[in-house]
Amino acid sequence: MVAQDLTARDSIGRDQKLLVRDLSVVFTRRRGGTVAAVEKLSLGVRDEEFVSIVGPSGCGKSTLLRIIAGLIRPSAGEVFVDARPVEGPGADRGMVFQSYTLFPWLTVQGNVEFGLKLRGQPAGERAQAARRYIELVGLQGTEPAYPKELSGGMQQRVAIARALANDPSILLMDEPFGALDAQTRAIMQELLLRVWEQTHKTVLFVTHDIDEAVLLSDRIYVMTARPGRIKGEMAVALPRPREVGVMDTPAFIAIRQQIHGLIREETLRVLGDERVRPHPPGA
Amino acid sequence: MRQGRPGLLARFSEVLRPHEPISRSAYLAGGVASVAGFLVLWAILTYGGFVTPLFLPSPSDIVRAAAALIADGSLLTHTTASVTVIVTGWALAVVLAVPLGILMGTLKFVEAILEPIVDFVRYLPVSAMIPLLILYIGIGVSQKVAVIFIGTFFQLILLVADVSANVPKDLLDSSYTLGAKRWDVFRRVLLPATLPGVMDNLRITMGWAWTYLIVAELVAADRGLGYMILDAGRGLFTDRIFVGLFTIGLLGFVFDFVFKRMHRLLLPWSPRI
Repeated sequence: MVAQDLTARDSIGRDQKLLVRDLSVVFTRRRGGTVAAVEKLSLGVRDEEFVSIVGPSGCGKSTLLRIIAGLIRPSAGEVFVDARPVEGPGADRGMVFQSYTLFPWLTVQGNVEFGLKLRGQPAGERAQAARRYIELVGLQGTEPAYPKELSGGMQQRVAIARALANDPSILLMDEPFGALDAQTRAIMQELLLRVWEQTHKTVLFVTHDIDEAVLLSDRIYVMTARPGRIKGEMAVALPRPREVGVMDTPAFIAIRQQIHGLIREETLRVLGDERVRPHPPGA
Repeated sequence: MRQGRPGLLARFSEVLRPHEPISRSAYLAGGVASVAGFLVLWAILTYGGFVTPLFLPSPSDIVRAAAALIADGSLLTHTTASVTVIVTGWALAVVLAVPLGILMGTLKFVEAILEPIVDFVRYLPVSAMIPLLILYIGIGVSQKVAVIFIGTFFQLILLVADVSANVPKDLLDSSYTLGAKRWDVFRRVLLPATLPGVMDNLRITMGWAWTYLIVAELVAADRGLGYMILDAGRGLFTDRIFVGLFTIGLLGFVFDFVFKRMHRLLLPWSPRI
């Protein structure tokens, strides 16, 4: 058995890089009434761990990530990063968004230096650090280019370099490859594997692509449909360093199947449609 | 696709496909044809004696009138006076409307404060405010500048507010996650992000400012292109009216060109160029 079920509570201890406890988010509708987006959600990410969150669309994955980033306030519950409570956005939680968020008026170099400049790092050190991270994502030579001259995949690589150059405690990634075509996406996943091998940065990665989650992660949380809760948790005991070839191994396929089953259950529950036949075993 | 040289009809249908690009030469040909057609029609109507010079002077009449106005220096005086009034009024509007517009588009509270006033005033015809302007600031140059200011300020503030409201939220959020504080977000993200849109609106409102010229030079003016046209109208010097109109059109052309050039020069990163 490569994947093992754990309850969320078991894995949340004191050695956590990120700790989310009993988080709830309630949105007030414009016409009155409330919607619970996230309900009593708890999770943890250990140091140097790559953790993914998968779940049906609209389950509050992105909301959760934005709360951890400090961009949205939760209605209840707590978030701790390095045992310090999160009270607003900060450079200790870097984020890569699904949309293209490079600053169009800054060159690739300027974008990667942005956070360091805010911190008042001297120009020389800044340039050196930027160059290192631009090289890490394989974009050396594009330093003087403006974002409008880059493809979508290249822009996301710069966004990753920009977040990493800031050396955050944890990197939050909100479906960073969601807007890319299938081929580019596969290349980006490989790149991220390689970058992770070199940096061992703690990552919390949100996606609805199960293959992507299994390929990249050490552990995967599956969220329920709205209101979002943790439905299950799986350890991905695939050896590292990983190559894309791992996706063809029985171990990979077994984990994928389990997660797929959990998400399917959720999706069906929401649809409330008994006419959809149950998942055939081993399909 | 057919081989060989396509017929005229086929080439014509080629340039009339909706939203499809056309060749540079076809574009140029269109422009030349429209100007040439206009000039030819004008020449036929005037030299052919179909219209009296009182209504439409011939091209040579207008060139002659222009030469005379240039020779005695009056065209330069009028042009300088008008450009000064327009640029001053417009620049004052820009200096105030751009920051206020950015704040209005960014901070809901500023929007709540400004919106009722701006939405009310921008529907008032500028000409209707002339009596008040005379009462408040007299009939000097400042009154003319004030007309241009009022004509552009309230429009510009809304245009800029729209630009800053459309700066993607994710752009601000990513700067927060890179360690930006609120002031950094204004200075290092919102301000540069609005520049291309602001630049476009500066160009557009400069064009509008020119359309207020006659209104601005309606009261107690003794110089300016608007005054020159009004004055020529009183004496039925139709040729001079046309000289004034052509000068305004030409200046508009030049200003537009300069703005587009500046955009390209100052904002090489802009996705709009």
